[in-house]
Parts: sequence; C-alpha cells; structure tokens
Amino acid sequence: MNEKHLSSQFDSDLNSVCSQLMKMGGLVETQIQRAIKSLANFSVSEINDVLDSETLVDQMEMEIDRAITAVVARRQPAARDLRLLLAISKITSNLERAGDEAYKMGKRVKSLVESGETRQMPIGDLRVASDLAANLIHRALDAFARLDVTAAISIYKEDDLIDREFKGFTRKLITYMMEDPHTISSSLDLLFIAKAIERIGDHAKNISEFIIYIVHGMDVRHSKLKGIEAIVQSE
Amino acid sequence: MNMAEPPSPTVPIKMAVQDLNFYYGKFLALKSINLDIPERCVTAFIGPSGCGKSTLLRAFNRMFELYPEQRAEGSILLDGENLLTSKQDVALIRARIGMVFQKPTPFPMSIFDNIAFGVKLFENLPRVELEERVEWALRKAALWDEVKDKLPQNGASLSGGQQQRLCIARCIAIKPELLLLDEPCSALDPISTGRIEELIAELKKDYTVIIVTHNMQQAARVSDYTAYMYLGELMEFGETEQMFLKPRRRETEDYITGRFG
Repeated sequence: MNEKHLSSQFDSDLNSVCSQLMKMGGLVETQIQRAIKSLANFSVSEINDVLDSETLVDQMEMEIDRAITAVVARRQPAARDLRLLLAISKITSNLERAGDEAYKMGKRVKSLVESGETRQMPIGDLRVASDLAANLIHRALDAFARLDVTAAISIYKEDDLIDREFKGFTRKLITYMMEDPHTISSSLDLLFIAKAIERIGDHAKNISEFIIYIVHGMDVRHSKLKGIEAIVQSE
Repeated sequence: MNMAEPPSPTVPIKMAVQDLNFYYGKFLALKSINLDIPERCVTAFIGPSGCGKSTLLRAFNRMFELYPEQRAEGSILLDGENLLTSKQDVALIRARIGMVFQKPTPFPMSIFDNIAFGVKLFENLPRVELEERVEWALRKAALWDEVKDKLPQNGASLSGGQQQRLCIARCIAIKPELLLLDEPCSALDPISTGRIEELIAELKKDYTVIIVTHNMQQAARVSDYTAYMYLGELMEFGETEQMFLKPRRRETEDYITGRFG
C-alpha cells in the first residue's frame, strides 16, 4: 500500500491544504469557544474577539479554495485525491458558516448585555448545548485528521441530541415569553443564539458526511443514519 | 469478489475475451484475461509499461501471428465467433478490426490512395463510388476540409496530427466493426490530440472503440469503460467515472493517483 505519490511536490501540496484546513478549523473552534464564554460570563471583551476573527476565517476559506484550485489545475487529481480536495472545499464552507454562527452568537450576546436583561433567563440549557456543539466541531476536525469513519458516524448521532435540546429550549422560551412579555426581546436573542448553536452542530454533521465521502466515495448527504451505517458496513 | 466484473448486462457486448493466456515464447504475458467489450462504447486500457495492454490489443486482430514464437490460448469472441480458432482469412478479420498505431503510418502514396488502397483490396467499387468512399472516410475522420484540395499529394506531407487522422480514415474506409487505437496521440501535440479525442467521441456512435493510452487523463476524458492492467493481469474493469472517482481496488487507486511505485 503506497501512501506517497511519485511526486513529492504533490504530497506536499496536499499536506499543505490539509494543514491549512486544520488551522482554519482551530480558529473556528476558538471562535465558538469564545462565543460560549461570552455567553456564560456576559463579557463584552470576548465578544469583540469573536467578531474580529470573522474576517480572518473568511480569508482562510478563500485561501484554501485558491490552493485547491491550484492543485486541481496543476495535478488533475483523481480518485481519493480528488475526493479529498472536493471534500476539503466543502468542509471549509461549513467551517466558515460555523464561524458565522459564532459571530451571530456574539452579536446576540452583545445585544443581551446592552439591554441589561441578562438575569433570570434559562442560560444553563444553552451552555450545555453550546458545549456539545463545540465538541462536535472539534471531533469532526479530529475525525478528518485521522479519516476516522466510525468517529464521523458518532458525530452524526450526537447532532440529533443538539436538535432535541434546541426544540426543548424553544418550548421553554415560549413559556417565559407567555408568562412575562417583558422577556420577549431577550428571549428572541436567546432563541437566535440557540439556533446558531443548533446550526454549528449541523455543520459538524456535514463535515462528518464529507469524511465518509473521502474514505468510501459515497455521498451520504440527505441519508438516514441507518442507511449510512449499512452502506459503510457493506464496504 | 471478482474485481474485473463485466459492465452491466444491459450493454450489448461486441467482443468477449475468455480465459485468454498469451505467451511470448515461454513467457506468460497475459494471464487468464476475462473481459467483455461493450458495443459502441469507448473502452480504455491503462496500466504501466509492460503490463500487457498492447499485447492484449494485438491479440484482438491476431497481429501476433506475424511472429512465430507468440501464441494465444483461450477465446476472443467477436459477436460470438472465436477469432483465435476462426477459419476466416486473417486479412478479413483485420478488415473487421481496424488498428491505428502510436506513430502515424501513412503509406508512401497520395492522400487519396492511402484511403483507397484498403478499399480496393476488399471491394470492387466504380471510380465515382470509390471517390465518394474516400471523401466519406476523410469527413468521418474530420480531415476532409484540410486535405480536399491536395488529395494527390503524398500522405507523408501532412502534419503528424493529420497523418494520424489519415490513418484513422484509412481504417474507417473499409468499414470495420471495431477500432483498436494503440496510443494514438502519444506522438501528437495537444491540439491534434484534442482533434483525435473529438473524433473518437464521434466514432463511437458507429463503432466499438478500444484505446490503449499512457495518459490517464485521456482515458478519463474519452472512455466509457476503463480496464486497469498490471503484470499481465486484468486488475479492474468498470465504468470510467467510477474508476476515476472510487475504484474498487486499492492497487487501481494507487496507480490512478500516481502512487504507483
């Protein structure tokens, strides 16, 4: 089994794209962690860091796409190299969007802090969900680095947990708003934050789908978990 | 699992290779090849030098019989008829299975006669019909517009790419059923290569085409099915798209992605 190409330059080009992706992933992870921290502490300084790193993440997405285009133009990759590059391009989009969601969280936390209505709101549930989501992004990147399909499938399963948390939290917010209409404004902020967390989980799930694509060459998007497990096992 | 699975049964099979062994003297160059060539499709043979792809191609029209120490065992069925045991005249078999080589091989005669020569061997056409046939073949080979005003000129006066298309026209003129192309573009520049590839896409509407190529991108571009060969064995055979996106065998993937060492 040969892992290396005849052309060491090709290897180094692919390695460089992978490390850029991991770097971008690290940046997005930090962005999400900071957004969570700002939510936990209602601290504006963390929020500004989240907002500032947004541009950097966008630049990295474009830089990785440029590097992928160059490899495609120069090397005409096929089979697993082609799958890897296509998947990385999609993964960067998902990371960038996950970063956008962290940005949205930051903006909503800022609005909450500025409104001064940060007490007596059910923040605890959100912290659980946001930790889960951040953990999923971390594990998705880890599964990518090791091309670990089993880990990718477990991410798939856990994203459902976040979705359930989101639904439960929405119901809870509705009761708050019904009981005290004064909380509507801050409840809406929290709802947007919860939605952003739920979306971050979705992006982690999407990344795990592309890991399956790299390894097995199968497009499992829009498939049910059972079907994916069956396909992967049949390989 | 048999990695060299035939294409789906919905595709009609033009040629079926069954348990083919091929020897150069005592050396076994092709080992038990089983392969179905789909009709009116382009099938590409890829693999490193010495893997047997040209040998296989040359077995298809019994080209090897020119050399006494070479022999083939097994069967090569063209529309069900075994070519290896056929009593049919080998010249007739080669008229049914045309071949184009790596280097253009125009005959040392006029462009017109290059095409007419083969036709005259098999058919006795009146002059007008012969001229029509020459024009038809040159048009099919996308060469007519470039040579129509210089048909009496020597075939060797054409450019490399034009000479190769002349050779393809010469093949087509006797209306073969199968076209074997042995690295037809390896001596050509990218523009001539592009023209030949365009021509291959056009020809498959009427003919079954088999192409041997060292250029994997070319196989990916022009073929419907791809066969990967290594050390005289057919390692994998399947739809080209599948072969270049997710081949079934690790060995195929290593070769296609340039990891072959």
